[in-house]
Amino acid sequence: MESLGSIIMYFVIALAIIVFSVLTVTTRKILRSATYLLFVLFATALVYFQMDYEFLGAVQIAVYAGGIVVLFVFSILLTHRPGENADALTNQRRWLGLSAALVGVAACGYALFSYCKFCGQALPEASDFNIAELGQFLLSTDKFGYLLPFEAVSVLLLACIIGGVVIARRR
Amino acid sequence: MDLTLLMYLIPSLIMFGCGVYGFLTRKNMIAIMISLELMLNSIDINFVVFNRFLYPGQFEGMFFTLFAIAIAAAETALALAIIINVFRVAKKVDINEINKLKF
Repeated sequence: MESLGSIIMYFVIALAIIVFSVLTVTTRKILRSATYLLFVLFATALVYFQMDYEFLGAVQIAVYAGGIVVLFVFSILLTHRPGENADALTNQRRWLGLSAALVGVAACGYALFSYCKFCGQALPEASDFNIAELGQFLLSTDKFGYLLPFEAVSVLLLACIIGGVVIARRR
Repeated sequence: MDLTLLMYLIPSLIMFGCGVYGFLTRKNMIAIMISLELMLNSIDINFVVFNRFLYPGQFEGMFFTLFAIAIAAAETALALAIIINVFRVAKKVDINEINKLKF
């Protein structure tokens, strides 16, 4: 049994996610689309906070809301005149997208509602988990250690930096 | 009333559907990237929620999401660098107007 506050919080989050993701893909101004994406990412961070993964929520806000959305806004302002509308969709294109999305959502929703055995599972007690433990998981080579992916991500980020410099260099 | 696993999967499913719709209908490359971010984000929610509801003592889903966020950030940065470079050469970012590989 959850407290009333967390249930209300859940409905606020779910409504925000649904409304803002629909607005993100339907608005015709690209800068507004990026702003709605920011709201969706904040709502996702709230989901993580509600799941008691505070570190993950902080990473979500710092990396997505602080990094990626700023990158989007910069590149939108570099490539568009502000306030200009995108061309209206042709009907054929809209129906193609709408039917693909609806078929996918309907198939997954049918699978969820009819086959999911553990969908009625209530939120279990959170296990105590602190940042020190997380750091040890990230840097250990034991069974549940993540040293190899950690190092792989650092190499990936290095490759990304070099790639960004090479691509954006003025010839 | 309990908060169940299904109640978190439904917003995530709708978010993924919106991402698919935007990916297929938008012509602007940056808008396509935004739709891609929506899809990645809904997958992240699924990982975290399954981890938290079904295996509350373990943290595999959380670590997977952590790495997915890092990789998504790298991928977006590179894609936006490519888009800005294409804009610098071709002066447009719509995918149906960019049809030459070499200018």
